[in-house]
Amino acid sequence: MKKLINCVENVEREMIEGLVKAYPNHVRKLDCGNVVVRAHKKEGKVALISGGGSGHEPAHGGYVGEGMLDCAVAGAVFTSPTPDQIYEGIKAIATDKGVLMVVKNYTGDVMNFEMAAEMAQADGIDVQYVVTNDDVAVENSLYTTGRRGVAGTVFVHKIAGAKAETGADLNEVHRVAQKVVDNVRSMGMALTPCTVPAAGKPGFELNEDEMEIGIGIHGEPGTHKEKIKSADEIAVTLLDKILADIDYNDKEVAVMINGSGATPLMELFIVNNKVHDYLTEKGIKIYKTFVGNYMTSLEMAGFSISLLRLDDELKELLDAKADTPAFKE
Amino acid sequence: MTDSKKLIDIIQKISTQIQMDKDYLTELDNVIGDGDHGINMARGFKEVEKKLSDFSNKDIGSILKAVGMALVSTVGGASGPLYGTAFMRAGAAIGAKNEMDGNDFLNAMEAAIEGIKMRGKSHEGEKTMLDALIPAYNAMKKSYEENNDFKAAISKGVEAAEKGVEYTKTIIATKGRASYLGERSIGHQDPGATSACLMLKVIQSSL
Repeated sequence: MKKLINCVENVEREMIEGLVKAYPNHVRKLDCGNVVVRAHKKEGKVALISGGGSGHEPAHGGYVGEGMLDCAVAGAVFTSPTPDQIYEGIKAIATDKGVLMVVKNYTGDVMNFEMAAEMAQADGIDVQYVVTNDDVAVENSLYTTGRRGVAGTVFVHKIAGAKAETGADLNEVHRVAQKVVDNVRSMGMALTPCTVPAAGKPGFELNEDEMEIGIGIHGEPGTHKEKIKSADEIAVTLLDKILADIDYNDKEVAVMINGSGATPLMELFIVNNKVHDYLTEKGIKIYKTFVGNYMTSLEMAGFSISLLRLDDELKELLDAKADTPAFKE
Repeated sequence: MTDSKKLIDIIQKISTQIQMDKDYLTELDNVIGDGDHGINMARGFKEVEKKLSDFSNKDIGSILKAVGMALVSTVGGASGPLYGTAFMRAGAAIGAKNEMDGNDFLNAMEAAIEGIKMRGKSHEGEKTMLDALIPAYNAMKKSYEENNDFKAAISKGVEAAEKGVEYTKTIIATKGRASYLGERSIGHQDPGATSACLMLKVIQSSL
């Protein structure tokens, strides 16, 4: 394992402290743990909290700031944060308008956030939540935990965050967040695996000429492995799966080409070149495009595509001001 | 059956057993989960051990609740909330007693199982810790009602839990990360059922 770290036990804390030192006007860290909140608490709005395992930077601490999150809680690498940490975050940001939690659909994340919500509700804090599940690679059935929450979650942060900033009440912010969840779909792939520092070795293996289609953001198995193909062919494979899932015909969309951590922007733009042309051919209008590292998987090479169906309400909120370490509008 | 002092001793032994089986539990999880069950459980019970010295003057309910809180705040993942809820519910069921009998234990175990079902939105047959705990509880309850002998009952419970762990090899996971594997999860035993069974075995050997 070759990594820029000091000691495996400290990676999460040192990462958060480094983030805060880089953006002291945006964020500060709570003393109780790896919990990041806005440098200046804003009253009179619904407070948004999200989080999950570390290793997905800039998610989620990079999205704390005006127009997006009020708090992000970082667990150990690829491990959900614990309820006591989430509870401290909720208490720090809660306003009289209540708190919305944005939780990615993993068994541990959902349980830990639910426990924290119960603790906060016992204190009289109004808490609601949405669960993001945008990954179309996993079949959605009654017999699984359901689809995974991946990069589409960033759209929920952006749009629900913008709604909260208007002073809308908790039910309204929840409604808009759920609307994003209902309209965003994603799918990813990997060229190389990643290594969790505490594990010291890669979570899975790929041969030199192989790729994994449908990979999760923790390196979970995808739909299948196959021989590597051209960027255009891979982009079409992922897009076809997304387009088959919900009806995008004649819709306007926001596109996110998300790098997994080790993929150069050059390659992400090459992918976007094809995504743009392919969607245009299909008569799908692209309203806005985001290319970059939004929800990574340590040093995994690969990318994901997210497509969000838009209406006038979502467009306006997507365009609203955001000023966070990793997302500015 | 046991008092606060004996309970602290049992918890210490459970922790020792979990530390010993850390790599084994992690290996089981590597195959069908995300390969951290042993690591996470060992970290959680290390934290529990640190608190044991504070427990000496406490009642059984408070001790179990404190164990649950320690697990919830250090284990993370899915096991943290599940085992944490189990111990907290067990503690609440027993309350401020300094001694517990077989009926108290069974009531606490029933409350723990209900807590796990509620937290995990799960039931028997989904390749989880419930597949060890529910058969164990049923066997123990039957045996205790018939003979009023807790030692005999816990032996029946361990037997049923071991069978339950074996049974998890034959079924598809429908909860947790293992559920992404679908049919590929068949043939592998569930790490959570395994750790639950380990705990019951420690209780058996401690009495």
